[in-house]
Amino acid sequence: MGKYIVKRVLSMIPLLFVVSVIVFMFIHLIPGDPARQIAGVDATIGEIDNIRRQLGLDRPLVEQYVTWITGIFHGDFGISYSNNMTVAELLIPRFPITIYLTICSITWSALIGIAIGVIASINRGKTLDLVGMVIAIAGISLPNFWLGLQLMQIFAVDLRLLPTGGVNTWQGYILPSVSMGAGIMAILARVTRSSMIENLNKDYIRTARAKGLPEPRVIMRHAFKNSAIDIITVTALQIGALIAGSVVVESVFSIPGMGRLLVDSIGFRDYEVVQALILFFSVEYMVINLLADVLYGIINPRVRYE
Amino acid sequence: MSDTLLEVKGLATEFKHGKKNWISAVSDVSFEVRPGEIVGLVGESGCGKSVTSLSVMRLHRKDTTRISGDIIFEGKHLLELSDRDMQAIRGNEISMIFQEPMSALDPIMRIGDQLAEALTLHTDLSKKEVHERSVEVLRQVGIPEPEMTLRNYPHELSGGMCQRVMIAMAMSCEPRLLIADEPTTALDVTIQAQILALMEKIRRENNTGILLITHDLGVVAETCSRVIVMYAGHVVEEAPVDELFKHPQHPYTQGLIASVPRLGERLRRLPSIPGSVPDLAAMPDGCRFAPRCRYAQERCRCNDPVLHEVSPDHTSACLLSEQEREEVAHA
Repeated sequence: MGKYIVKRVLSMIPLLFVVSVIVFMFIHLIPGDPARQIAGVDATIGEIDNIRRQLGLDRPLVEQYVTWITGIFHGDFGISYSNNMTVAELLIPRFPITIYLTICSITWSALIGIAIGVIASINRGKTLDLVGMVIAIAGISLPNFWLGLQLMQIFAVDLRLLPTGGVNTWQGYILPSVSMGAGIMAILARVTRSSMIENLNKDYIRTARAKGLPEPRVIMRHAFKNSAIDIITVTALQIGALIAGSVVVESVFSIPGMGRLLVDSIGFRDYEVVQALILFFSVEYMVINLLADVLYGIINPRVRYE
Repeated sequence: MSDTLLEVKGLATEFKHGKKNWISAVSDVSFEVRPGEIVGLVGESGCGKSVTSLSVMRLHRKDTTRISGDIIFEGKHLLELSDRDMQAIRGNEISMIFQEPMSALDPIMRIGDQLAEALTLHTDLSKKEVHERSVEVLRQVGIPEPEMTLRNYPHELSGGMCQRVMIAMAMSCEPRLLIADEPTTALDVTIQAQILALMEKIRRENNTGILLITHDLGVVAETCSRVIVMYAGHVVEEAPVDELFKHPQHPYTQGLIASVPRLGERLRRLPSIPGSVPDLAAMPDGCRFAPRCRYAQERCRCNDPVLHEVSPDHTSACLLSEQEREEVAHA
């Protein structure tokens, strides 16, 4: 297992290299010029050229890429064009906010989604199953920005229970986490339900019952543990959707996190910030998938790591 | 004969079909199992063998199954017990082994943990004693390295080994009755013989009553002392094993026996019973075997047959007497 983890971590290096190239190309090839943005509308061509030269944007792309990537190896992610802070200074205060929001969303949506799925599966075809699946379909169908705005209208504007935006208090995290997690909750509820129904019909469940195990134990120790394999796989895949969700939801609730920073930076053609953020999101995604694979191997002995 | 271990009287199991309909899978099934005897329950696929055994264990889904009749195990009426009391009997006093040993074990749980489950549930043994008992039962079923097998997962074992583990699991709490539902069907012939020998050993050493469900008459001849033949949800014949093979009374039993190849006989086309088991939802009136029976008369199609004694210990549900059948055959 240890060997497998080391191998997986090492294989992330070439992947990160490819991601860095793609990110770099994308942001430099989309139309728009940061020098013009910085200089403002009244600037002369000479002034703009000057800024471009200062930022090194007049250099060939390959050279710019090499400069950027060498910087990263020295811990230098560059400077933000929009406010002269280093990218690191810009990211560090935002990092915990987004991570915290992501953890809150995934925690509640996994707990509730899996619980709905398990309850629905053991009450298959009955009212509880129907209620669970209506909730699930609603969760999948509602776009997170729309859900966010509706929740804001009800709980912040009408009832005045929660803040409309910002995360100065912990209450500020509630509505964004709910909007971000709703879709994942719904998907997990459906995956859990179908996986549980499948596993509950397996022969080993009959064996467990024939041993005289009480039903809750049959469901949790045998059926659910087998379903956990499917649930982990799907959860890991949904993290990607969660990152995309943070971009939208942080904008809706004006949360100063990394998602919102990404949107703002793209608008400003703040190359170095965008590159650093996308690189960060890629690493996040890879690490979570690695964790999922390791967990998967622990639960499922049929997977043999070489 | 010592007293009865399991007595099934007038068992009827029905399954829900659609919103309101119930269809009968087995009805009017009665038989007995005594301690230390192996009783064979034979019949084609779909005749209700497994339904009967799962009814005894009460392992059918409650919301879609209706069971009536009496199932008496050591004086206890199993159908009247609470779920909790029934759980205390399952895996403890009555154990069951199944047809597909590979899929009957939880794929992601170590053999040791699966073995320990029933022991910790039904006995007061300490962790260490549970381990010792697990090693002991694995050794009893002929597993060469029990300590190692305990740490294995099911996919690391062969089918025969898995079935041994299943038997060890079933035997761990020393049940009074073992129900074996086609325990050798999925295994190859040499392993089959070993598993049957193992069951015979268990019967001899622990005086366990065994209900052996199978469609293989060879297995029956080798292991059972008494045989119950089922057809389309009914018992059609019951007799001691030698008697049944020598003087089968019911035409269905005769057909089953005739369709088994015999050593030393000239090569010929094996006879078979024409047609197939009728659909549960469309059972014929009268004798359910009549549509496939070469002796069938008009009265077979309108009168319900009942089991009656044809000789001591031998019952059959054929409406015709042996003499009448002979007349039909010669006519």
